Amino acid sequence: MKLIFELGAEGRGLSLMPPCDVPEVRLSDERTEALRLPHVSENELTRHYSALCKRIHGVNDGFYPLGSCTMKYNPKIDEDMAALPGFTQLHPLQPEGTVQGALEAYHTLGGALCEIFGMDDVSFQPAAGAHGEFTGVMLIKAYHVDRGDLNRTKIIVPDSAHGTNPATAAMCGFEVVNIPSGADGCVDLDALRAAVGPDTAGLMLTNPNTVGIFDKNILEITKIVHDAGGLCYYDGANLNAIMGVVRPGDMGFDCIHSNLHKTFATPHGGGGPGAGVCGCKAFLRKYMPGPLVVKKDGVYAFDYPEKSIGRVKMFYGNFAVVIRALTYVLSLGKAGIEDAAKCAVLNANYMKARLSDKFDMAYEGICMHEFVMTLVKLHDETGCSALDLAKGMLDFGLHPPTMYFPLIVHEALMVEPCETESKELMDEVCDIYCKLYDMAYENPQALHDAPVSTPVRRLDEVAAARNMVLRYQFS
Amino acid sequence: MTFPEELKYSRSDEWVKFLDDSTALVGITDYAQSEMGDLVFINLPVVGDATEKETAMCDIESVKAVSDVICPLSGEILEVNEDLADAPETLNADPYGAWIAKIGNISETEELLTAAEYRAYRNC
Amino acid sequence: MGSYVPHTAAQRAEMLAAVGVKSLDELYQSVPSEMLLNGKLNIPAGLSELEVREAVTAMAEKNKVYKTVLRGAGSYRHFIPAVVKSVTSREELVTCYTPYQAEISQGVLQGVFEFQTMICELTGMDVSNASHYDGATAAAETIPMCKDRKRTKAYVSATVNPQVIETMQTYCFASNTELVVIPAKDGKTDPEALQAALGADAACFLMQQPNYYGLIEDAEALGAAVHAAGAKFVMSVNPIACALLKTPRACGADIVVADGQPLGLDTAFGGPYLGIMATTSAMTRKLPGRIVGETHDVDGNTGYVLTLSAREQHIRREKASSNICSNQALCAFTAGVYMAAMGENGMKQCARLCLSKAHYFAAELEKIGCKLKYTGEFFHEFVTEVACPNCRARILDALDQAGILGGEAVDGGILWCVTELVSKAQLDRAVAIVKEVL
Repeated sequence: MKLIFELGAEGRGLSLMPPCDVPEVRLSDERTEALRLPHVSENELTRHYSALCKRIHGVNDGFYPLGSCTMKYNPKIDEDMAALPGFTQLHPLQPEGTVQGALEAYHTLGGALCEIFGMDDVSFQPAAGAHGEFTGVMLIKAYHVDRGDLNRTKIIVPDSAHGTNPATAAMCGFEVVNIPSGADGCVDLDALRAAVGPDTAGLMLTNPNTVGIFDKNILEITKIVHDAGGLCYYDGANLNAIMGVVRPGDMGFDCIHSNLHKTFATPHGGGGPGAGVCGCKAFLRKYMPGPLVVKKDGVYAFDYPEKSIGRVKMFYGNFAVVIRALTYVLSLGKAGIEDAAKCAVLNANYMKARLSDKFDMAYEGICMHEFVMTLVKLHDETGCSALDLAKGMLDFGLHPPTMYFPLIVHEALMVEPCETESKELMDEVCDIYCKLYDMAYENPQALHDAPVSTPVRRLDEVAAARNMVLRYQFS
Repeated sequence: MTFPEELKYSRSDEWVKFLDDSTALVGITDYAQSEMGDLVFINLPVVGDATEKETAMCDIESVKAVSDVICPLSGEILEVNEDLADAPETLNADPYGAWIAKIGNISETEELLTAAEYRAYRNC
Repeated sequence: MGSYVPHTAAQRAEMLAAVGVKSLDELYQSVPSEMLLNGKLNIPAGLSELEVREAVTAMAEKNKVYKTVLRGAGSYRHFIPAVVKSVTSREELVTCYTPYQAEISQGVLQGVFEFQTMICELTGMDVSNASHYDGATAAAETIPMCKDRKRTKAYVSATVNPQVIETMQTYCFASNTELVVIPAKDGKTDPEALQAALGADAACFLMQQPNYYGLIEDAEALGAAVHAAGAKFVMSVNPIACALLKTPRACGADIVVADGQPLGLDTAFGGPYLGIMATTSAMTRKLPGRIVGETHDVDGNTGYVLTLSAREQHIRREKASSNICSNQALCAFTAGVYMAAMGENGMKQCARLCLSKAHYFAAELEKIGCKLKYTGEFFHEFVTEVACPNCRARILDALDQAGILGGEAVDGGILWCVTELVSKAQLDRAVAIVKEVL
């Protein structure tokens, strides 16, 4: 397919703005370099992007069980609400009195999230999950620095963690202590006990963890860290399994981030924008990035915490994403939130049960909202890898599960169906997975060659990295 | 896979070719390049930097992984193989020609293996 | 209550049986029982779609939408062509994830590749990433791109948007980096202070063009001073102004950052926007975030993939220079559609309209006795001197009552912004209102 720069003709374009109604001004030193942007008609432009959109698989196009990404259905009412001019047309620096509805939206969702998290306050400033992690770990840093406890230089991270966890800790100036997971995929308590000490700033943990298991020792884990003088940070990537059922705050965590674009159904937009709301217990509030939204005498206002770590971005957060999440939480409410979590767990366990006859599971037993299959045996016996199987799914119109994560499981495929998928669809998908499994034994070459029905076939990533063609070259 | 007799090998999959008592070339073994797969980038060490045995001196990237190159020698980086910056694939094609760094003023050397010992260690 | 769970009661029972448990609660057997909420989550009951629409719309209606906006200071209301929202509201694009499975994600990947190309064209740089969170985080993340063992100190001009400086300070507190603010003189970066401050440990200096006060800085001279000290020169720019101003590359920039909001995104009470980051070929691997590259498939057809991934957190973990994972992909795509719709002529026309109208407004304000605080050349923002805070409030209140969002109150004055959306008639009306208050 052609690039937009290869379409159109010089002199063509859209008619968008009126002539200047004031005297034209020139600067003393203006740009002389060409600005090579497309010269397309409106028809060409929209057709180009329609064609691009046909080469995308979204949640609306079919099953999307991308483990640890929570690709649930994105409700249409949420989009409608985020598009209201009373939200989209607000300037972020308008007087507080003119944005009471916007502040009410922040405050209302903030209140509900505090309850779901078991925290006392939230900041919506972080733009994404990793950004929320950064904010949360900075709270831990500020807490220790404020107390003059400057020797706490280490953050403990399990080896099953998302890469963002150790990267975040390093960005915040901490040394990362990786601890191994136990045979059950959970935190090895002895390893944790051995790792903590007077230099422990905190622990970063996902629970349910990245292999889809709720760590039953969670109270003991947070106690070990607290007893050593450290704080506990909850990575909310997997909150969808437990919202309304059990709260991170009650597990002993001090601060948290949650991805509104996972758990609270806001769309992912091809990689963003998300929103990584950060929550904390009351004793950390004074370090939160400002401003926070408070309600005093029926009036909403901005409040700047006294010992704030400072802003983590401009303004208040990805507001339009927050409106979508607000709409979702108001829609589901108390019972709906809890049922969504439980059905997410039900769906994962149903698929896991249906697939267990053929596929090896990395961990047996009841899982939470996702489960990990390990295809080591299949790979050894047929030469077909997790990648081959995933690429085979593409020819059935399915988005594959997450591949090769977590790193502690070999030939991993991590399946997170989400609560919004029906039993009928999951049955169909399980049949396809099993068919592909059989195909690996009967005709492995077909899987090595897959996909064959997609707009392009397997792409040469090595050539991409070596040649580094990162922009269109005009002739 | 080949492991030339005249080279010494580390357990972290580097080869060492001594030029004299205090100078040596270091690269990665055939086994290392085959485990990493197609290499797309090398973050070359800096000339003049000190090296410490059993410590990373640079890293190499494939499409899906990054791996430290551990220096088996304590000394100083005298020279680096700049050609690799533009052609990291040489590390795959000719691992023993593609030396990464020339180390001088060697004060310490980790315990190195012979070709036969290394072959046995890696079971290949 | 609203619900998006499709299961019937019979299906729930069937699925529970297949799993081998009797109830949904039994699925949580590994959760210590004392921790379970058991239905005690204290939030309101759910609402039907009709009710939720009413509730959220009521919030939207409590906000004041100004017909005329004369405030910028980091967020700019511009004209957005209809095609932009038509394209970017398509549900495939809205609901897809990061394009890990390239074969079924070519639309996103190609769209971002085109965006990267347009950003390179706009800035004159060699390579762009697929976006950062916003202009402030992009600015903050240039520092680790420039730091090394010997060069550890970062510098920023006092004429940069204060929220950007504050964000950089937060990131520097995180990484234990010293951030030095270079003072301003007459509203612009003081070149002598900069020269005096830069030492052998200087990693980078970031300036804003046009700066926070709207003034056009002598970027080339500042860049030369920075390079003379052996540090990297980072420019934070306004992407609309880029259509008219000398390119950052021509000014010697090593890295360019911007907030991409003016490129077709609503002001939306502050987000989502996008951070733009572009640099030279030599610094490609230092860029944080996703980058899309061109390649070919097994049949030789051209295609696009996420590339140079070994820079990123999911591979490099604690050794990664940034933790960024999700970015603002849909916003980048939107900016791409906007620039395609505008074309070179549209971008230049838009910038010219902003420039001309801002100068007209400034001149009219001067005619009624307002004084410009600074004398330098400006783009579409400028500061009028209003010494007393009460006078500032009176002016802004009077405009507010007429449905006009006046400029941002800054120390000793008001920072005004005019974009192509504001007509001469609206500007004349604003001037008349200000005149009455003075």
